[in-house]
Amino acid sequence: MITRAPRIVTSRVELADSFTLERYLATGGYEALRKALSMAPADVAAEVNKASLLGRGGAGFPAGRKWSMLRHATTTYLVVNGDESEPATFKDHVLIERDPHQILEGTAIAAYATGVSKAFIYCRGEFALGLERLQQACNEAYAYGALGADVLGSRYALDVVIHPGAGAYICGEETALLESLEGKRGFPRIKPPFFPAAFGLYGEPTVVNNVETISNLPWIVTHGGDRFAALGEGSSTGTRLFALSGRVEHPGCFEIEMSKTTFRDLIYDPSLGGGIPAGKALRAFIPGGVSAPWFGPDQLDLGLNQDVVGQAGSMLGSGSVVVMDSDTCPVRAAWRIAQFFHRESCGECTPCREGSGWIEKIMYRLEHGLGREEDIDLVLDACDNISPGLRWPPAQTTICVLGPSIPSAIVSAAKMFRDEMLVHVKDGSCPFPADVVRRG
Amino acid sequence: MAHLSLANLERAESIVACYPQRRSALIPLCHLAQAQDGWLSEEAMEDIAGLLGCTPAEVRGTASFYDMLHTEPVGRHVVTVCTNIACMLAGAYEVLDHAEASLGISVGQTTADGEFTLEQAECLAGCDNAPCVQVNHRFFGPLDPDGFDALAKDLRSGRLAETVPAHGILSRIERSVGLPGQAAGSGGGAEAGGERGSPAGGERGSPAGPPTGAVPE
Repeated sequence: MITRAPRIVTSRVELADSFTLERYLATGGYEALRKALSMAPADVAAEVNKASLLGRGGAGFPAGRKWSMLRHATTTYLVVNGDESEPATFKDHVLIERDPHQILEGTAIAAYATGVSKAFIYCRGEFALGLERLQQACNEAYAYGALGADVLGSRYALDVVIHPGAGAYICGEETALLESLEGKRGFPRIKPPFFPAAFGLYGEPTVVNNVETISNLPWIVTHGGDRFAALGEGSSTGTRLFALSGRVEHPGCFEIEMSKTTFRDLIYDPSLGGGIPAGKALRAFIPGGVSAPWFGPDQLDLGLNQDVVGQAGSMLGSGSVVVMDSDTCPVRAAWRIAQFFHRESCGECTPCREGSGWIEKIMYRLEHGLGREEDIDLVLDACDNISPGLRWPPAQTTICVLGPSIPSAIVSAAKMFRDEMLVHVKDGSCPFPADVVRRG
Repeated sequence: MAHLSLANLERAESIVACYPQRRSALIPLCHLAQAQDGWLSEEAMEDIAGLLGCTPAEVRGTASFYDMLHTEPVGRHVVTVCTNIACMLAGAYEVLDHAEASLGISVGQTTADGEFTLEQAECLAGCDNAPCVQVNHRFFGPLDPDGFDALAKDLRSGRLAETVPAHGILSRIERSVGLPGQAAGSGGGAEAGGERGSPAGGERGSPAGPPTGAVPE
């Protein structure tokens, strides 16, 4: 039995007018902010620490600890990361379009708790409707008094700027996002020393939190960190949004209590994924975005828990699960993921810039029947040059983690589906059916 | 003589005022220029450089990094077909091949009548509606080849003009509050989202004024 309660971040998303101030206020909106403002900032931060809210962007770093690392300075910034671009991830997209006020309220709570008076919400540029909704909500929140010079009559001043991106995967990486917000190319900064908490936007101490992370804050303030921490298990507390796509009956974004649900539930439960179309078998699935190593049918019973998935050799990452059925060509899937990384490598570091191109070319010829048997070892060698040892968690030769994310899919395909790769070589063509649009 | 219109220059100044450093407004101003022209011309980049206090080469050098910023002219509708993993598994390449055939152009090209520019995109975060397509960054999907043709026909005829505004993702709404020296209710009159008009324009509260930076004790 899957319990999809409580709805912490998606309580409003199904309402037709969920994005309006009117609906937000009618459903308890901005009351959490009012409560937070009646507390000392340190007490608000303490509640979030108690909740042990892990960052929902992909790295899973505890939000409270991120806040406590913020250097005290006269100027500090909060930046909300809404540049959702990890392939197959579409949870922030839902939150931005359906509940922008919740993001603004969470932003105000986080800003108050960290003593920030200027916040930026960096929204992916392709979310044109989301940007409109966010800006409209921001305008409404100012008019209502929830943002601005005197937030809800507390004399706390907060300015929030909605900032559009312009299409670059790398800008989801927090330091690249800051470069982009400074009006530059999205080149990641090297960490250490440039951790945003010490040297962030304009060189000032900066907190960067993901949209989903921020969206949890109103509930945590209202109900208390303990109640949040009571959900889930171990370090994976609360609920989380899982974006399910690929070969499933009901692709969608589901809010699920952490740890209590398995991948099998997510993919097969009638109230969630509803299984694989036409009763096909599962070949493999990606548990947390295309940067994550793949799992096979044997891992279906793992719980949706960050530590459990980590120990099993992959990651929950951005919370996106992609299902491949028996008709899916794993070589083609790995090639397409390699092509993505090649296109989106920012070009700053040589192993990633050059390596991703080599890997994509070798995977292309393997998939299209032009490969040689030794190509499998060749592509793994190229991967090893980006992430020596090909272990998990991966070693890194590049400034950011885009580089070491490239081998995940390739190594998975080579390990799990070496035989299928060899058939491509022997037959001189792909033995799997072409992907076609499902009709009716 | 500036290339950007007087209204856009004014709006550009109000966008620049949102940021502690002018250069931060580079991407928003590029979107603004694309709302005017559909793409970033040499002249527009010179205007932007002037507004930001940097060189036109810095504007181009930054803009060329980003997929949404076009340094060459585009058609009235920029059609972006996602072919990343989730859409691929749902048949996106079938849709893309069909789009190329039915529009008579390859990815990266514009139809002779200037109606369509076809692009292939990386994941657009519309995977629950795969295969998904964006037109001027408005979502459509799931689409099959017939659905694509119907969409193209509707776009050509102007039937989707409401749902798919012209270029420039910031064209329908702007910040109307909280800026130094800006009157209440200026701009921001757009309806945020095609499905249902939210309260728009007119009755904004008093502007909150510039943040003072005060943090409560």
